[in-house]
This record gives sequence, C-alpha cells and structure tokens, in this order.
Amino acid sequence: MKQKTTAVLSAAALVLGFAGTTQAGTLEDVQSQGVLRCVVSTGIAGFAQPDASGVWKGFDIDFCRATAAAVLGDANKIEAVTSTGKTRFTKLNAGEGDVLWRNTTITFSRDVGVKLRFHGVNYYDGQGFMVKKSLGVNSASELDGASVCIQTGTTTELNLADYFSSNGMKYEPVTIETNDEARQNYESGRCDVYTTDASGLASTRSALPNPGDHMVLPEIISKEPLGPATRHGDDQWSDIVTWVLNATITAEELGVTMANVDQMKSSNNPEVLRLLGVDGSQGQELGLSNDWAYQIIKQVGNYGEIFERNIGVDTPLGIARGLNALWTEGGLIYSPPFR
Amino acid sequence: MASSNAPSNVLSLLWRNKESRGVIIQIITMVIVFGLLAVIARNVVINLEAVGKEFSFDFLFWPAGYDIGFSPFIEYTNKSTHFMSGVVGLLNTLLIAFWGCILATILGFIIGIMRLSSNWLVSRVSYIFVEFVRNVPVLIHILAIYAIVVTILPSTKQAISLGGDLFFLSNRGFYIPAPIFESGAGWVGIVLLISIGLVIAFKRWAKRIQDNTGTIYPVFWISLAILTVLPSLALVAMGTPISWDIPALKGFNFQGGMAVKPEFIALWLGLSYYTAAFIAEIVRAGILAVSDGQTEAAHALGVRPNRTLQLIIVPQALRIIVPPLCSQYLNLTKNSSLAIAIGYMDITATLGGISLMQTGKEMETMLIVMGIYLIISLLISSFMNWFNSRIKLTER
Repeated sequence: MKQKTTAVLSAAALVLGFAGTTQAGTLEDVQSQGVLRCVVSTGIAGFAQPDASGVWKGFDIDFCRATAAAVLGDANKIEAVTSTGKTRFTKLNAGEGDVLWRNTTITFSRDVGVKLRFHGVNYYDGQGFMVKKSLGVNSASELDGASVCIQTGTTTELNLADYFSSNGMKYEPVTIETNDEARQNYESGRCDVYTTDASGLASTRSALPNPGDHMVLPEIISKEPLGPATRHGDDQWSDIVTWVLNATITAEELGVTMANVDQMKSSNNPEVLRLLGVDGSQGQELGLSNDWAYQIIKQVGNYGEIFERNIGVDTPLGIARGLNALWTEGGLIYSPPFR
Repeated sequence: MASSNAPSNVLSLLWRNKESRGVIIQIITMVIVFGLLAVIARNVVINLEAVGKEFSFDFLFWPAGYDIGFSPFIEYTNKSTHFMSGVVGLLNTLLIAFWGCILATILGFIIGIMRLSSNWLVSRVSYIFVEFVRNVPVLIHILAIYAIVVTILPSTKQAISLGGDLFFLSNRGFYIPAPIFESGAGWVGIVLLISIGLVIAFKRWAKRIQDNTGTIYPVFWISLAILTVLPSLALVAMGTPISWDIPALKGFNFQGGMAVKPEFIALWLGLSYYTAAFIAEIVRAGILAVSDGQTEAAHALGVRPNRTLQLIIVPQALRIIVPPLCSQYLNLTKNSSLAIAIGYMDITATLGGISLMQTGKEMETMLIVMGIYLIISLLISSFMNWFNSRIKLTER
C-alpha cells in the first residue's frame, strides 16, 4: 500500500530528524530546488488529475502553477506530490511538499490541532449525496437504512455521522481509502449513496459511464470552505501563498485576463498598476520579483479563467459559479485590496 | 610511576583476555544501540515540538465522531471515544486473524496432502494452485476477490434466496437467520457444557482402557452422539426456547438476522487461500520428512492405513510442521492490515486510519497500532511454542 508506506516514511522523517530542517525559509528552499512541490489529490477529475500524456491538470493544479509562476517565474516548474485524504497533512508537515493545494476543508481542528496555516478560500463547497435515479429517491431525508460509500480521512465522515444521527436515521458506512475505489463500489451497487463535497460529486458523476443515470440530491449538509495550507512557522511563505490566491481574485475583479494583461500594464487604474508591479514594490516586499502577479495572470490566468477552464459550465463537470462568483456578482469570492 | 601505568595495563590485559574482550564488545554494542534509540526518541520529541505538537495520548478519550460499518461484538456509535473505535478495530482484526488461521490451516492441509497424492490429476491441480497463489501478492488476491464478490453477486433487490427465504446472498453480504435466546436457553447451554465435559472424560477413560487392555472404542462416534443427543433432548425438554430472527428486505437493505459482509468475505478468503498455499508446502515437507520405512514397518505389523497415518506419520510430521506454521499464522495476522484497501474496519483502518486523520496524532496512533500487532504476534508465538512442546517427540 503506497499510502501506508508514505505515512511510515513521514513518521520516519520525524524520527530521523528531517522534519525540523524545513521549518523556515521555504521560499529559499523552493528557489534553490527550482521546483515547487504541491501536495495534491491522487486524482479528482477537474481538480487535479494527470491527462493522457501524464501532465497534471485541474483547478488545484492551476493554483499550484500560479504559485510557481509567482515564486519561480515559470508556471511549469511544479511537482505534484500525490496524497490520499489520510496522508496529506503528514506529507506537508514532514516537508515532502511545500504547499497543499488539495481541495482541503478549513476546520478548527486542522488549523489548531494539525498545526496548519490556512490562507483563505479558493472554493466554497458543501457535502452532498449522489444516488442512482433508478432508486427513486428525491431527498436525503429518504435515505434511512441506506449503505453509504465514503472516502476515509475526510471531514465527510464526521458530517455524515452528524447528519444521520441528528435526523434519527440509520445507515451503513462503507469506508474506502481513495475516491476511485469509492466510485467503483458505488458503481457496482455495494452502496446506494456516494457522499463527498458537491464539487467532488460533480467530478465523480462526470467520470461515470452514464452520468445521466445519476443525480445529486438537493441537500447540502455541511460548509466546506476549501483552501490552500502551509506548515506553521514560516510567515513569509504563508504571506506568499495568501497573496497568490488574492492576486487571482483581484485580477478577475479588475478585469485583468491572460489575454489583456500586457495592455493592462498601461492602465489608468493605480490598483492594476500596483498588482502588476508597474508601480510600487509589493513583489520585493514579499521576497519575490516585482512582476510576480503579472506572471501569474500571464501564465495561468485570473480566478474566473481558472474556474471556467477546469470545472466551469462548459466542462464535463459543468459547475456554475454559484457561491464561488465574485462578491460583486452575488458570490463569496472576495480579496483584500492590493494597497 | 607504576601506579600511573596501571589502568592502561589493566585495560590491555582485559582486552587480551578472550572472555573479558567478549564482555567489553557486548557492552560497547549495547551502549551504541541504546544511544541510537535515545537519539531517535529525542529527535521525535524535538521535531514534534518544533511543529507545535504535544506528545500525548489524551485524544483516546475524545469522542471519535465517525461511524464504523462493521462492529459485530460491541455497541459503537459516533459518540464513542477513539479508544472504543480502536477496540472495535482490534476485535475485527482478531476476528479475521482467528477465522483466517483456521481456514488457512484446513485448506493448507488438504492441498498439501493432495500434492502427495498418487493420482496425477489431483497432485497437478494442487501444484498449479500453490504456484499460482503464492507468486501473486496477497493484496491483489484480496482486491480481486472483493471485485468478484461485489460485481458478480446481485444487488439486494435481486438477492439470491436460499432455503425458502431464510438465507440471502447479495453484494451487500450473506444474510443468515440470527438465533434469539429466550428464557430456558441457558439450561440448554449448561447441558451442552456438561456433554463436552462428558466427552473429555470418556476420551480419557477410553485411552486408559486401551493402554491397559488394548481394546479400542469408536471414540469419535460416541463423542459425536453425546454432543448431539444430550443438547437436543434438553432443547426439546425446555420447549425449544430458541427462535430465529429471519432477515428480510426493508427499504435499501436487509434488516434482521446476521450478515457476513463482502469486505469480511473477501479479506477472509484472500488471506486464507494465500496463506494456505504456503502451509500446503510446509505440510508436504513435513510428511515427506517421515521416512517410508515407518509406513512399511507399520503395514508389516498389520496396522491399518488410516491408523498408520494417524498414529505414526502425523505425530512425526507435526513436529516439523508446527514451527513454520507459526510463522504463517503471524504473516496472516499482519497481512490482515491490508483490510483498509477494501474498507474492512480493522485496527489499522480505525485507530491507525480515521482516528489518526481526525486528530492528527500520527506518532501516537502508529505507536499504539504497532504495539498491538506486536502483542498479538507474541501471543500467537507463545501459544504455538506451547503447542509445539506438547506435541514434540518424547525421547526416551
């Protein structure tokens, strides 16, 4: 089992004393490695998955690329460190990755107990249920006695337990290690229901042989704000990851896109000029080059472009912006100003 | 002058002496080993502190918050503690290890003896089975069986009904009626215990008679009669105080009865036949190690073939078979940690998996899980050592 080996290796890293060495100076480490190592999932269509030629693609991968563009000036200098739900934090804390971009829910226990730093939300999600249409179920409240497939090592296990017990319903949890295996179990009929974050359901449904035979139930039973994470104890690195995310959001808000970023360098808007590094020295203050945000937009795009390219309505996942629209358009995506 | 040279003289003397040199080397080795261990332990504590994590086992008494799909022995809910989820996992590990060792032994003996058969087909079938099974990793066997069970068996709505709607076979498991004990069932249990006692006493008595007079009683058949007739009589006398909870399809799943889950079936079969392939070879080696002369001598004395096997071959073969058999039991038990791949909730999946994830206590949970496997393995070893010393050839 690969996951187990890595858990053991991470534990071994703790034992042999490697972990402590990666605490501070992540930026220097990344720049001297010349490659950014992002902890990502083992494969969720639309979010992080290798394509036919083995190149990682997806929403989370694009944010990893954006970070690499800002830090190294080249969005392609990334290395995907795959991890299951169970091993992701161990890998990050043991220094196997520099930053975690892996649809990870921000929670109190992860922030405080697992000792992570979170840097804002790049996707507002919530846990839902997917069933076969042939079951004739229209609401999660009709699921009493059902067998439910869950992926282990996630917040979904706890939400599921809370939802069923607070509604006085029984269920049989079928706990599986990875998303793929859980999907196979759902397909074969081992479970009636597959539950994970709604974005993950859309992704899983798009990968099923007949997506039309399956439906996502209307109930969303939890808040799942997904966002990037880094280790405790490196404030400079934390700031960089925070502002990489904010730069993509601000760029969308200011109308800076991959296509027009060069023209925008001569914009009249002072915030655009600060963002792109024409005015001010924000890049240097972060310890980066002054055109860090320009590189992000030029090579990867703004938040909206990343969203539409990987998971938007024109992709197989077909997810509408919804809560993930900009605050100016009725959503929750909001960045502090570049000032 | 002489006194200042004395210590180095003593040391060189000690070093030159063969016996004391051995002791010195051992002391130095021990210091190095323990020094390394101390460095490792110190590093763990320092590094955990560096990421701001306290080394503590308090989390065991926090509510676990997650559900476990398979807890046949104790009541467990999501409000139970991580400690209890560990206990559920431990019991599931022990369950699979217990039944796995039994099935692996039975299969292993059958296949091993088949391999020695003079029938060409039988011995070839056994040969191919052994070579195929033991050369494919056990995880692949488990995943394959699980895929077969889950995809080939029908869904609950089309479940295969056996024995007039008493048993059901589906890809959610094998459902069988569960006994419900009513008042009076305790007496039947007591009668059963008494008959077991009677059988043991009868066996001893029969052995003494045989030792003294040579008369042989049909011990097996008489024991079987005692074990079946007496409890049945008690059952009738108490007015059959046992009723059956019959499984029935309600909503999504079967309710009532007892269920053997596909995760258990896949893990059990996969581990058992994989280990059986190794046991078969051990059994074959053990039997082959008893020289043909023994069989020939027994036959020449007029001992019947099955008695020859029972009294002459097996006792001698067993002392060769038992020690490596113990290693196979240990392997099977440790391999059961592959359970998480198919979602069987053993100790690695509960405490070493979900609890680890929910609390972030990887060092603590892994230490506990390691300790538990160590204890289980040591218990199996000591049982097998005891068994080995019981059956070992008495040399006069």
